[in-house]
Amino acid sequence: MKDKIFRFLLFLAAVLILLLTAGIVYALVSRSTEAFGEYGIWSFIVNPEWDPRPATEEYGAMSFILGTLYTAFFALFLCIPFSFSVALFNGEYFKGMKISSAVRSVVDLLAGIPSIVYGLWGFYTIRPLIIDLGINAQGFGIFLSSVVLAIMIIPYASSLSTEFLSMVPNNLKEGAYSLGATRIEVIRHISIPSSLPGIVASYILALGRALGETMAVTMLIGNTDRIPQGLRDTGNTMASVIANQFGEADGFKLSSLIAIGLLLFVITAIINMIAKLIMKRVSRL
Amino acid sequence: MKRSGIASIKARKGKDRLVYWFVCLFSFLAMIPLFVILYNVISKGYKNFNLNLFTKGTPSSMDALMAKMNGEPIPGGILNGITGSLLIVGMAILFSVPIGLSVGVYLSENRKHKFARIISFLADLLQGMPSIVIGIIAYAWVVKPLGGYSALAGSIALTIMMLPMIIRSTEETLKMLPQSYKEAGLALGSSYTNVVFKILIPSGFGGIFTGILLAISRVLGETAPLMLTALGASVVNWNIMEPSSAIPLLIWDFYNDPNLVEMVWSSSLLLLIVIFLLNGIAKIVARKWKV
Repeated sequence: MKDKIFRFLLFLAAVLILLLTAGIVYALVSRSTEAFGEYGIWSFIVNPEWDPRPATEEYGAMSFILGTLYTAFFALFLCIPFSFSVALFNGEYFKGMKISSAVRSVVDLLAGIPSIVYGLWGFYTIRPLIIDLGINAQGFGIFLSSVVLAIMIIPYASSLSTEFLSMVPNNLKEGAYSLGATRIEVIRHISIPSSLPGIVASYILALGRALGETMAVTMLIGNTDRIPQGLRDTGNTMASVIANQFGEADGFKLSSLIAIGLLLFVITAIINMIAKLIMKRVSRL
Repeated sequence: MKRSGIASIKARKGKDRLVYWFVCLFSFLAMIPLFVILYNVISKGYKNFNLNLFTKGTPSSMDALMAKMNGEPIPGGILNGITGSLLIVGMAILFSVPIGLSVGVYLSENRKHKFARIISFLADLLQGMPSIVIGIIAYAWVVKPLGGYSALAGSIALTIMMLPMIIRSTEETLKMLPQSYKEAGLALGSSYTNVVFKILIPSGFGGIFTGILLAISRVLGETAPLMLTALGASVVNWNIMEPSSAIPLLIWDFYNDPNLVEMVWSSSLLLLIVIFLLNGIAKIVARKWKV
């Protein structure tokens, strides 16, 4: 009897997760309907106008969708040489050695630093550098946000790729070495091809992180409500516009912000699912 | 290796060395930000890192300005943030640990069930959710219906963030335990409840506890969801139905107030110390109670 109740309780907890997810989707959808109903879902998404002045009030998500994609993809691009080097360092060159676990611990600590501290650091340390480099006058913008984001996602991208690289069977590599291949040839022709799906998946996951990152970007991107004209320009991401304007919003504006939240949720969910699907395939092989 | 026949051995070896040094250099460069951040936070934060930080609430912008003009240190601390973080994160722990453990046990015990697979998928979905979206959810669920910002709303948001992390770590740890542990317990006539509480959870204690500690350290620094839910308060608040501050929220307030901006560093220093301590303890626990 007691066991039956206990099993039922465990089951209930699992059902709670189902209800939680359903409630999340319901809350986002029901509170976005005002905006979607007024503008239409598609025209809300593609409209680049964001004008909160009462007389000409009009809201669209495109500026922020583009701002999000620019910052996240540029950050991913910047992070690749570093995170891939760390992955090769830990998963190939110094696999299982003391120095590799030291490097791994240091890089992992990067993941522990809160977003707001990254924002402060970006503002006080990186922004003056950006100004000195002449990228733009105030320092704020896509470029600054992407640099800081790139550092923030290094641990996510590198730790998973390290695992996939170190799972490459030794006999494959030894075969290539015995044929006279150099280390880089083994990495290029054996290690990378056989762990490629896993490495790609870990970068997709890192991209998902970058898409949803809020505080650091809010502090660094310059917060302008229009489509950014290139990497030197200021802008807003979907997350940063919510963080910035949610507090004083009501009516249509509030509903539009929640609609942007729903879009962000859908985008990150799709990105994460793709990564998880690839990883499931890999682990089944 | 199509081209290796063409390239000379010397060129191939040179390329090999080149890549080796490139990897070492960029791995080294990837570690620099951590030390620069730590150096910045410590060198700017230690001046205001004193007893006042722990015993006094945030000063008003006016008081800070006066003190600044007189060349005195800023008169105040972040006691309201410390108590707020304790309250909000404490409640989130109370909510998320029992539920997260139960779901983790359920998932590892029903690996083949279709329903368990769906729940596992949903946990992944929750884990990837941006924290600002979770803030919106808690706003819609708690702030709107109750008619105001509250510490409770903040802890609901953090609970949603902690749940998937605890579920995953519990599930992964329990899956690594040999089936024979459980079978031995059941064969001795022990009830299923006892097997879970006296065998499975204690043997997986290291992994489970580490997961909980890491989840706590992750949400301690969360700012965005709290801005939409707990809002912040300038005095110490222990009432869960009232707005409450938290250390990251105070850092955000200080950052936006030119008179108080110096305090961002001491507050960040405290936050980093606590987070790294939790991470360190998690590592030790994981090593000591390895499955």
